[in-house]
Amino acid sequence: MFEPIKGFGVSLANMFKPHVTEKYPEKMRPTAPRYHGRHILNRHPDGLEKCVGCELCAWACPADAIYVEGADNTDEERFSPGERYAGTYQINYLRCIFCGLCIEACPTRSLTMSNEYELANDSRQDLIFTKEQLLAPLLPGMEQPPHDMRLGHSEQDYYVGALENPGMSAGAEYSVQQETARKSGGAA
Amino acid sequence: MGLEENLPGILLVSVEKLVNVVRKTSMWPAQFGLACCAIEMMTTGAARYDTGRWGMEVFRASPRQADLMIVAGRVSQKMAPVLRRIYDQMADPKWVLSMGVCASSGGMFNNYAIVQGVDHVVPVDMYLPGCPPRPEMLLDAILKLHEKILHEPLGEKRRAQLAEIAKTVPAPAVRPGTMPSSYRYNKAKRRQWTAAAAEGREEQLRIENWMHENGDKAPVVRDRWKG
Repeated sequence: MFEPIKGFGVSLANMFKPHVTEKYPEKMRPTAPRYHGRHILNRHPDGLEKCVGCELCAWACPADAIYVEGADNTDEERFSPGERYAGTYQINYLRCIFCGLCIEACPTRSLTMSNEYELANDSRQDLIFTKEQLLAPLLPGMEQPPHDMRLGHSEQDYYVGALENPGMSAGAEYSVQQETARKSGGAA
Repeated sequence: MGLEENLPGILLVSVEKLVNVVRKTSMWPAQFGLACCAIEMMTTGAARYDTGRWGMEVFRASPRQADLMIVAGRVSQKMAPVLRRIYDQMADPKWVLSMGVCASSGGMFNNYAIVQGVDHVVPVDMYLPGCPPRPEMLLDAILKLHEKILHEPLGEKRRAQLAEIAKTVPAPAVRPGTMPSSYRYNKAKRRQWTAAAAEGREEQLRIENWMHENGDKAPVVRDRWKG
């Protein structure tokens, strides 16, 4: 007898239950802190690039998504501490599988990942990110390269201190010392 | 092509807007799950992400009833003719969303078995990176496609007319279908993005905002760096 209206009962009962649907475009639910999103090329605190153009990320990449061309620093035109910098740096997001092997390979913590993921585009060309798009913005106190090394006399002064200097990529990376402190239960 | 070619100018513009709104508000996807991306596609259709919010909850098994083909997964050389046939069977207007890196460019499968991007076989309207993309990324791609559809000309006559206008009026800073959805749906962030796009630094803005939102984990600057 109640068969025809039984279905309405189900709808009615569910109307007052909390719903699970995410309000995606209006509200972004934060990802996991170490979610593998788009890359960032970090800078030193004075604005020099951390990337030394060693191409280890390109070698580590299983999808051949990264293309690096190193170039020589000179005393007049200096982009990074040390001898070399990345003259060309490209990541093809239509090849990149966000595995993070490039991050593991990077010896200077130059390349890190953010949690950004809204990357869809209608042009294959625009999805090849170049160095301009990947480089971190200049924070206050930073200076647009090329310029001299402001924080030391040689690259040693930059990279030996790198253990405590995680760079710009908040969230994706802790410095080694912070990480050790976290694991041993101390404050970050 | 049809009736829309014979409409006078003013009517054409308003009909175009109406038609585009109608087209984007109930776009039925064709099932074309080929690999792991299909799992994420199913999640997107389910309750948690719910494409029903945009009238897209019905995945049609028949291409005749579908408007959007979501190519989810790697396309093997053997699957390519099938893909093309399904595309040809879809009724106009139709769109293709290439989901995941394998469909978009072959991804990590750079070998003889996989088509290096479905745009070798069908015209693609939206490329979506990720391996696989999370459901939010698919939603983002779909919403960007919706925005693109809203700006589509109705018929060849109108397309020619728009091309004529584009010669004199400079193009908008933000091309339709490029702004991330979380920015487009938030007034303040949309303004930020438009301003940044005029200067060509929208990617920097994205990093800045992301760092701002993760402020509690801000970088540590050692004392001696400060001097």
